[in-house]
Amino acid sequence: MFLNILQLVIILLIIGFGFVVPIGKYLVKIFTDEKDTILERYTYRFLGINSQEQMTWQRYSQAIVLSNLVFVLLFYATQRLQDFLPLNPDKISPAPTPELAFNTAVSFVTNTDWQNYGGETTLSYFNQMVMITCLMFTSSATGLGAGVAVIRGLSQNGINNLGNFWVDLTRAIYRLFLPVCFILSLVYVWQGIPQTLEPAAIASTLEGVTQTIARGPVASLETIKNIGTNGGGFFSINSAHPFENPTPLTNTLEILSMLLIVPALTYTFGTMVKARRQGWVFFGVFAALFIGFLVTVFPAEQIGNPLLTQVGSDQTLSSLQSGGNFEGKEVRFGIAQTSLFVTATTAATTGSVDAMHDSLTPMGGFAALSEMLLNVVFGGKGVGLITLIMYAAVTVFLVGLMVGRTPEFLSKKIEAKEVKLVSLALLAHPFTILIGIGLALVWPKALDSLNNPDAHGFSELLYAFTSVTANNGSAFAGLNGNTPFYNTVLGLGILLGRFLAPVLPMLAVAGSLATKPRVPKTPGTMSTNTVFFGVLLLASILIVGGLTFFPALALGPISEHFELASGKTF
Amino acid sequence: MTVQSRSPFVSVLIPAITTAIWFIILCGIIYPLLTTVVANVLFPYQAQGSLITVNGKVIGSELIGQNFTAPKYFHPRPSATTKTGTTDKPQPYNAAQSGASNYGPTNKKLIDGVKDAVAAYRKENGLADNVLVPVDAVTASGSGLDPHISIANANLQSPRVAKARNLPLTEVQKLVKQNTQGRQFGLLGEPRVNVLKLNLALDQAKSK
Repeated sequence: MFLNILQLVIILLIIGFGFVVPIGKYLVKIFTDEKDTILERYTYRFLGINSQEQMTWQRYSQAIVLSNLVFVLLFYATQRLQDFLPLNPDKISPAPTPELAFNTAVSFVTNTDWQNYGGETTLSYFNQMVMITCLMFTSSATGLGAGVAVIRGLSQNGINNLGNFWVDLTRAIYRLFLPVCFILSLVYVWQGIPQTLEPAAIASTLEGVTQTIARGPVASLETIKNIGTNGGGFFSINSAHPFENPTPLTNTLEILSMLLIVPALTYTFGTMVKARRQGWVFFGVFAALFIGFLVTVFPAEQIGNPLLTQVGSDQTLSSLQSGGNFEGKEVRFGIAQTSLFVTATTAATTGSVDAMHDSLTPMGGFAALSEMLLNVVFGGKGVGLITLIMYAAVTVFLVGLMVGRTPEFLSKKIEAKEVKLVSLALLAHPFTILIGIGLALVWPKALDSLNNPDAHGFSELLYAFTSVTANNGSAFAGLNGNTPFYNTVLGLGILLGRFLAPVLPMLAVAGSLATKPRVPKTPGTMSTNTVFFGVLLLASILIVGGLTFFPALALGPISEHFELASGKTF
Repeated sequence: MTVQSRSPFVSVLIPAITTAIWFIILCGIIYPLLTTVVANVLFPYQAQGSLITVNGKVIGSELIGQNFTAPKYFHPRPSATTKTGTTDKPQPYNAAQSGASNYGPTNKKLIDGVKDAVAAYRKENGLADNVLVPVDAVTASGSGLDPHISIANANLQSPRVAKARNLPLTEVQKLVKQNTQGRQFGLLGEPRVNVLKLNLALDQAKSK
C-alpha cells in the first residue's frame, strides 16, 4: 500500500513542481516570441502565410474552422479510399462506411478521438499514420492555439487582436510537439512499443495454436496521443493493450504526458495577462478538483466489487497481488496506477484508457463521468483553461449580482454581451449531452447497442454523449457505437461540443474583452486573485455543473452504487 | 504584400489548404517513418514487437499473452477477445482483435462468469471450497491479452504444474521466482509473473 501511494505522490509532485513553471515559461516563449526561426520563416513563405497578420477574433475563428474543415474533407476521403491507398500490409478491408468515416474524421480533427471502430481491424497503416497521427498533432496544436488566443484577448488593452492562428499552429508543432514526441517515441520503443511497417506477426504458440499478433507504427502515434491529449488508440483497446503500454514506466510516462502541458497553461496564462497570482488561483482550483476525484476513484477500485467476493474471489491487497476491482484491468499496472490513469485521462480530456471504464465500480465511473461533465479539471489543450475562464466569468457575474457591483475580471468589465456568450457556451454542453441521450432513448433500436442492462446501461449512454461533447473520447466501451444512428449523432455531438461549447463563444468573449480598455482598480473592485475567489470559483463550478447534471448522474452511477451495495444484479 | 490583396475568405482558405498538406507530409509521413528507421536501428527487437523465437520459429511475443489450457502449463487470466470480425464468438487471446468484456459491476453475466471461473479454478488446482481465488485469475483483463498473472495466482497453480510435469514443487517455484518481475525501479506498477516466459522456461527445463 505504501509503495502504491508513494508512486502516485511522486507522479503528482513531478507534475506540480517539475512541469508547471518550466513548461509554462516555455509556452510563453513559444507564443510571444517576436522572432521566427529560419525553419518557420521558410514554412510561412512556402505555405503562403502572412505571419505578420494580427487576427481579430472573427478571423482567428474563421481560420480554425476552415482549417478543420479541410482536414475533415481530406480524411473522410482517405478513409473511404483506403482500399486503393498504400501501406495496408494486412489487407484490412472493407474501408469504413460513410457514417463511420464522418464520425472518425470529426472526432480526430476536434481532438476528441472517440472511436467507433477497432484500430487494428479497421484502419490501414497509411490511415494510422497519415490521418490519425497527423491529426493528433494538428488538433492539439489547434486547441492550444485557441487557448492562447483567448489569453491574448484578455491581455489586450483596447485592441481586437488574438494573434495569428497559422503561426500558433506551426510553432506549437515545431517547437513543442514534434521534438518531444520524437524523443519519447524512442523511449517507448525501448520499453517495448512496436514501430514497424511489417504486417502482423504470425506465431505458433507453445500449445500449437496459430496466433496473429497485430502490430504497426505504434510508438510514433502513442506519444502524440497522450502529449496532445488526443486519446485515440492504435488498437481497439487503447492503452490497456500491451503494445500501446507495455510496462509501468510507459504507463507513468503516459500519465505524465497527459498532464505535461495543460496544468502549465495556468502559469502561461498568469504570465501573459500579467497576473501570476491569478494563474496560481486557477491552478489551485484545477488541482483541488483533480485530487478530489482521484481520492474518489482509488479507494472505490481498491475495495473492489463486494459481489465478486461473495462468489469466491480474493480482492484484498497483499504483496502477492494488487487485488481490487480487477475486471478490465491489467496486472502490470495494478489499482493505484490505473486509478491515476482514469483520473488523468478524464481530467485532461485525453480519452486514452489503460483499463475498461465500463467495468469500473460505480464510484469510479461517477468520478470519470463527473470530470468530463464539469470539463474543467485541467481540461484539454487550451480548452480546459478556456472553460475555466468561462466559469470565472460566471463567478464574477454571480458574485457581482449578489453584492450589486459591475462584475470585473482582470480589470475588464464583464457586461451583458459577455454574459450572454458565456451562457451560450455553458448551456451548449448540457444541451448536447442531454438531448443526445434523450434521442438515443427513444430512437428505434438505439438501445440494442447497450452492453449492460439497467442503471449501468444508462451510464453507458450518459458516458458516450458526455465523452464526445467534452471532446474526451474515452468510453464505456460496451456500447456499440458503430451504427448509423450513433455515428451520426455522436459525430454531431462532437462538433457542437467543440465549437459551440466552448471554443467559438469564448473566442468571441476574448475578442470583446480585448477591445475594452482596462478600468482602474478601485476599493470597490473585487480581487479575483485570492484564495477566497478560488473557493467561490470552485463552488460555482460544483453548483452550476453539479446541479445541471445531478439528475442524470442519479439515474446512472449513483443508483448503480446503491444497487451494488444492496447486492442486486441485472 | 500580395496576401492583403486577396479577398479575406481566400486569404484564409489558402493557408488552410497548404498547412493541411504540409502537416500531413511532416507529421503523418516524415515523422513516423523517421521514427521507424531510428527505432529499428536502436531497438530492433522491441520495434518488431518483442517476438520470441525458438529454433527459428516465432512462438509469440513476450508482451502479448497467449492461451494455455493444458495442466502442465501455467494458465493466464480469462480473456474476453473474440474471433476477428465478430463480437460474439469467443477466441481467447486473439491478438488480432483486442477486446474486453465491458461488463459493469452489477451485470449478472460478470458475476456468474466469475462464479464459474472460481469453481473451475478450485477444481483444477485441487483447492478447498472455502479458498478465495486471486481476483486476477477469474476476471478478464482490459486488453484480453494480459501477459501476466499475479504472484498469488502463480503460487496456487504451482502444485498442479509440478504434478503434471513430475517435477519437484521447489523446482517449479524456483522457475516462478525467476520469471517474476518486481515493481519497475522498485516502485512503479505491481510485481507480476510473465506466463509465456514461465511456461517456456518449464518446457526448456524438461528438455535439459
